[in-house]
Amino acid sequence: MGSRSSHAAVIPDGDSIRRETGFSQASLLRLHHRFRALDRNKKGYLSRMDLQQIGALAVNPLGDRIIESFFPDGSQRVDFPGFVRVLAHFRPVEDEDTETQDPKKPEPLNSRRNKLHYAFQLYDLDRDGKISRHEMLQVTEEQLENIADRTVQEADEDGDGAVSFVEFTKSLEKMDVEQKMSIRILK
Amino acid sequence: MFLLLPFDSLIVNLLGISLTVLFTLLLVFIIVPAIFGVSFGIRKLYMKSLLKIFAWATLRMERGAKEKNHQLYKPYTNGIIAKDPTSLEEEIKEIRRSGSSKALDNTPEFELSDIFYFCRKGMETIMDDEVTKRFSAEELESWNLLSRTNYNFQYISLRLTVLWGLGVLIRYCFLLPLRIALAFTGISLLVVGTTVVGYLPNGRFKEFMSKHVHLMCYRICVRALTAIITYHDRPRNGGICVANHTSPIDVIILASDGYYAMVGQVHGGLMGVIQRAMVKACPHVWFERSEVKDRHLVAKRLTEHVQDKSKLPILIFPEGTCINNTSVMMFKKGSFEIGATVYPVAIKYDPQFGDAFWNSSKYGMVTYLLRMMTSWAIVCSVWYLPPMTREADEDAVQFANRVKSAIARQGGLVDLLWDGGLKREKVKDTFKEEQQKLYSKMIVGNHKDRSRS
Repeated sequence: MGSRSSHAAVIPDGDSIRRETGFSQASLLRLHHRFRALDRNKKGYLSRMDLQQIGALAVNPLGDRIIESFFPDGSQRVDFPGFVRVLAHFRPVEDEDTETQDPKKPEPLNSRRNKLHYAFQLYDLDRDGKISRHEMLQVTEEQLENIADRTVQEADEDGDGAVSFVEFTKSLEKMDVEQKMSIRILK
Repeated sequence: MFLLLPFDSLIVNLLGISLTVLFTLLLVFIIVPAIFGVSFGIRKLYMKSLLKIFAWATLRMERGAKEKNHQLYKPYTNGIIAKDPTSLEEEIKEIRRSGSSKALDNTPEFELSDIFYFCRKGMETIMDDEVTKRFSAEELESWNLLSRTNYNFQYISLRLTVLWGLGVLIRYCFLLPLRIALAFTGISLLVVGTTVVGYLPNGRFKEFMSKHVHLMCYRICVRALTAIITYHDRPRNGGICVANHTSPIDVIILASDGYYAMVGQVHGGLMGVIQRAMVKACPHVWFERSEVKDRHLVAKRLTEHVQDKSKLPILIFPEGTCINNTSVMMFKKGSFEIGATVYPVAIKYDPQFGDAFWNSSKYGMVTYLLRMMTSWAIVCSVWYLPPMTREADEDAVQFANRVKSAIARQGGLVDLLWDGGLKREKVKDTFKEEQQKLYSKMIVGNHKDRSRS
């Protein structure tokens, strides 16, 4: 990689980011290193495609929604402060955060309330402040499609994408059908 | 003008003498041992002294940083975040148990809290994933006096800067011309030697000469890179030899210890000249660009070669691309379908002396070779593993994975299932469906348990 040093002076607005997110200088340095590793074309910002290149994120069922959370208000780029602001939600809560709670300062990004708000946002796609039934359906829809696909796939032997009677019989060969599908009438 | 003349001839004489001396030294210490395969141990001594200097340099930097009260950037080889090794099922059960106030025997199909697991996992991969970091050079824990691996440039003391400057001088003005001269000698000897051997009549003598010409030239190239190689166990020749791929230098390293037939695409230019010359002396397998796409043709030619007992073992790199030598990625199943015995080889470079990884998206071939020749040395270990064959109930993919695990274990590399092709492309949808299937299985699984009871 041959990266040049990324000490505090190189990170723009390093001090204000530190105050806003609560990350230590060492952590910020690492995250900046990571930001530059993800930014393959050295643009100075990340696009959706840069995040989609991460293999393990692409297989995550919530992958797309997580990527969206980095681009609020329909923007196409996320710079380093924006990147760190989202990651700050996942900073572990330390005792010092709750003790020095100055009522005038805004809540730290990793407070319980802000963590919950982040998760809420993943459900609330249209950002109207409510999780509608439609949005809930969308989350479960993908799961249901996969359940259906998998069930058919497991029983399907000849690969025609459908379960014939023979295939149905074979997949239930261990089940005690005679007992489960019988009703005894009392004398 | 007349005053210059006596000095002129003196300088010319001095130049002539020093060149002769240099050439003799070169011949005696480098080329002759290369021909016979012996070593004076000069390179090992060089390596030991370098290690001592590096240790001192790192100490100086740490002390200097402490004095100025700054923090040194220290790369962690195990990733930057603490990860929990629990599985999907355990975590979701845990989340539901702690969050839900309902009775446990009423297992729900879906809970609002299920999202937390995937959310965190997703965020973890954004901060640090297993694949992205394999396509850039490995980060060193202590500095090796090359500015290209330095992360803390400003915390250098005067003594260290002088040492670094000395290092630059030695590397660029002494080692580089020496290495280029050797490389030139090695390559021209290879071309000339194999062409000459090609004119001999086919027979035992030709094979003998061909083997030794090849070995000699590869050994000269090894010295041209100042490669210090430690071989573990003896090479067992036969069948197909597979190894993990870090750079084009892998070929030189393996071929200087064993006589292999190469497999590859026909190139133009200098590479093409070398390829055509080599094929005169012994049968290598070169494919035209158009033939490479045809998988059946490739498989057929390889099978023919392997089944002919008189032909040499082939050398193949199944990853298909260069990885940075901290992990082994998915092996392409093509070479494992042929059905021959596979002889795995593990290669591990020590990045302290010079990083051999070829980042093809960052450096071209020539830049890469120059970087190699201006590093301190290329130090690596080669392990020859016992042969493996495909078992009756295994398919090619499982066999490939088994070989890959053996290589990763021996070389101390991380065994990844991801495809090296991710360097340039996105993940295929099939992988995403796998993860979703796992999750849905978990949900449906609850129903099945209930209905059976």
